[in-house]
Amino acid sequence: MKAAVITFPGSNCDRDLATAFDQAGFQVTRIWHKDTDLPHGVDVVGVPGGFSFGDYLRCGAIAAQSPIAPAIKAHAAAGGFVLGICNGFQVLTEMGLLPGALMRNAGLKFACKQVTLRVETTDSAYTAEYGRGQDIQIPIAHHDGNYTIDAEGLARLQGEDRIAFTYEQNPNGSMADIAGVLSANRRVLGMMPHPERACEPVHGGTDGAGMFRSLMGGMALA
Amino acid sequence: MTEPAITPELIAKHGIKPDEYARILDIIGREPNFTELGIFSAMWNEHCSYKSSKKWLRTLPTTGPQVICGPGENAGVVDIGDGQAVIFKMESHNHPSYIEPHQGAATGVGGILRDVFTMGARPIAAMNALSFGLPSHPKTAYLVKGVVEGVGGYGNAFGVPTVGGEVRFHKSYNGNCLVNAFAAGLADADKIFYSVASGVGMPVVYLGAKTGRDGVGGATMASAEFDDTIEEKRPTVQVGDPFTEKRLLEACLELMASGAVISIQDMGAAGLTCSAVEMGDKGGLGIKLQLADVPQRETNMTAYEMMLSESQERMLMVLKPELEDVARAIFAKWDLDFAIVGETIPEDRFLILHGNDIKADLPLSKLSSTAPEYDRPWVETPAAAPLGDIPAITPLDALRALISSPSYAHKAWVWEQYDSQVGADTVITPGLPAGVVRVHGTKKALAFTSDVTPRYVKANPFEGGKQAVAEAYRNLTAMGATPLATTDNLNFGNPEKPEIMGQLVGAIKGIGAAVAALDMPIVSGNVSLYNETDGSGILPTPTIGAVGILPTLDHLIHGAPKSGDLAVLIGPTGSHLGQSALLAEAFGMDSGDAPPVDLAAEKRHGDFIRAQARVLRCCSDLSDGGLALTAFEMAEAAGLGVALETGDIAALFGEDQARYLVAIDPKTLHGLKSAGHSAGVPVTVVGRFGGDTVALGDQSAPLKDLSQTYRTAFATALGL
Repeated sequence: MKAAVITFPGSNCDRDLATAFDQAGFQVTRIWHKDTDLPHGVDVVGVPGGFSFGDYLRCGAIAAQSPIAPAIKAHAAAGGFVLGICNGFQVLTEMGLLPGALMRNAGLKFACKQVTLRVETTDSAYTAEYGRGQDIQIPIAHHDGNYTIDAEGLARLQGEDRIAFTYEQNPNGSMADIAGVLSANRRVLGMMPHPERACEPVHGGTDGAGMFRSLMGGMALA
Repeated sequence: MTEPAITPELIAKHGIKPDEYARILDIIGREPNFTELGIFSAMWNEHCSYKSSKKWLRTLPTTGPQVICGPGENAGVVDIGDGQAVIFKMESHNHPSYIEPHQGAATGVGGILRDVFTMGARPIAAMNALSFGLPSHPKTAYLVKGVVEGVGGYGNAFGVPTVGGEVRFHKSYNGNCLVNAFAAGLADADKIFYSVASGVGMPVVYLGAKTGRDGVGGATMASAEFDDTIEEKRPTVQVGDPFTEKRLLEACLELMASGAVISIQDMGAAGLTCSAVEMGDKGGLGIKLQLADVPQRETNMTAYEMMLSESQERMLMVLKPELEDVARAIFAKWDLDFAIVGETIPEDRFLILHGNDIKADLPLSKLSSTAPEYDRPWVETPAAAPLGDIPAITPLDALRALISSPSYAHKAWVWEQYDSQVGADTVITPGLPAGVVRVHGTKKALAFTSDVTPRYVKANPFEGGKQAVAEAYRNLTAMGATPLATTDNLNFGNPEKPEIMGQLVGAIKGIGAAVAALDMPIVSGNVSLYNETDGSGILPTPTIGAVGILPTLDHLIHGAPKSGDLAVLIGPTGSHLGQSALLAEAFGMDSGDAPPVDLAAEKRHGDFIRAQARVLRCCSDLSDGGLALTAFEMAEAAGLGVALETGDIAALFGEDQARYLVAIDPKTLHGLKSAGHSAGVPVTVVGRFGGDTVALGDQSAPLKDLSQTYRTAFATALGL
């Protein structure tokens, strides 16, 4: 399976995401935002955390206009997998690949800590290895993770079982405690918490590794 | 534009003393022009020249088999085996942070990160040591909020994990907070970049962000006392842009890997002036600059402004001319400025052209190597009177006094605003004795801590200086690490006062004795003097940043006590209450002498901890608040109660040195005791972990009540 990890100027979790893919058995290519093509045969595109373009203007807004953006959208439109973590989630909402927006945390402060997530659906390649309702420990580190969506959009996410993860204790004011959402075809996942920081015992927990393993297995079936 | 005439007032405004001006006249044989005066003031201020401290800094031990490069470069370089090196330094940004807390702290972080990556290292860990005035002071909450946001805002966006630090409150910092920022990076030991220019006619290249008027005169401002006009100094504070810094990091590391760099220097204090002079001076070369070629953010900038601007995220480099195209392409990739602004020249000359005008023409070597140096008069700090009787207090009230003080309360409010895990190599996040970061792609790890107890240094600069190092040694040891080396960030008041100079001298002597005995040489550092407002100085605060190594993560001591585990004291029973946290917090007293530091015992006890690492479930050093506070913190973190047998205040809250508290399985006690006996290390069972109460002697209180106090006191005290 092949993964491509995008680097925007200001990305700072790109190496970490590439490492997590690599440890799960993916063949990883790193892609610069000024590139216009993804490598042939890429299965999953990783959009990493960080502060792309300094988070100036609006988190993810400038990255969503990068030269590589059309290729990512085309990959998603063709049914490819796209995983956006933290700033990557913000970028995917700005690209229109996922609904909703990430606003400033309700507490107005950056928040870095371990949180407990509840796996809301196992009906995705990302979450198949977990149990529905399972609690997993994954760290967060963000200033703008307050997921916001209109009532209709929220009802749709809920009705279509597209909420991937929720927070057990809401750290940022997100609507319906949402920590991660799936696209309609369940192949694009955006999430604020950092599973790539919970993959090895030295991270203090390995609950995040399940997502990459699950993806590896799920894509083999897809 | 006509430049101002050189008058005694203008000279004084530049912080140049009459005798120093006479020296300038002597060196150049004529009156300097305005730009030249600015250049001298930038190079000769305390911040850049260390003129008051140099004589004493020279006495510090700075060498050892582990040291690849000691003080004098942008940061110290220490061998960590396998051809790798850790590169680190700590630096203050005190005055700017007081004037503009967010940007002052942010640019402090930015500056120290640049010091590290200028040498070719990728930053892997940051810490910050913060000292603020009383929580009740009207400015304190504003400063805490701004500084923490500034530190986090910069480090988080740049992408370096902040893994440790300190936050303290004391009235002496009311008018002068301290912001000391530490950064460490990783590089291959044979790929370190230095600031020594070489070769004549080599292009001098300007890299990074454009030059603006921000920070003009900043280094001079940092070398003066504050008074009530400080608000007027706001424009001298620089503005940070972590996004540009992150790009500059990546571009510089790519550039270094390309082989195009002869020497490189970040533009920190006194910007273009200091970086150019340093590279030329170290290489025995002159430098010619053409200011018309400097990328500028504002229009009509004068030579004076460009030479003294402290705009952030800039570097100066001497380039291999044949690789210019390669270098340009890298900077174009990252959308950063790249401009050839001058060249190295054979003669000892600092020649500044702006278009066709000569704006400065000075003997370069005289600007740095022959900067003034003072042997300032100093008086030994008088011996403290012995501690008399102290007011009565019950053990639990004493514990409550400590855990409800923002200096000793849980600091999650602070560290949760810092990304402590970016890089996915953080093993130990803030809140334990030291932060630990794995060396990427290896089984090795590095431990980081920052320590000083300013109360001790004030009462007894020599023992206080020793103690700062000893505590750092213990904090690294408590995680199972072997201390490697140290950086010192010396924050003091006005050195022109003999009693302040005496504090500095005494502390340096103490630090020197301790780093020699504990084999953790000083490899880098920074001196911040004139930390006074309206004539009143801060507590002397020589912050020690220290780095230790874990050859493999198997050496890590990290776990939580389990119910039924024994609480075992390594080292003597507490007796010393002089200058203790208890006196300060419970009674507002600063009486008695600092605890004496037995460096041989520190070494012996530290070696013992490392040797016994496998049987220690959890380990913490004893420092402020003594046995009681440490036992409480250890138990509370595990969500367990603890019962300490003694109810004696000195045994519980005494701050005797060379001590640790460990949690062990009772089955391992016998072995630990006999090992202690053989090693000459006292090993004493002092209590037991478990239950849901905290008991000190025959008094006890519910853990959940104390925990509630401990976890909310910081925000409560500051009204945050």
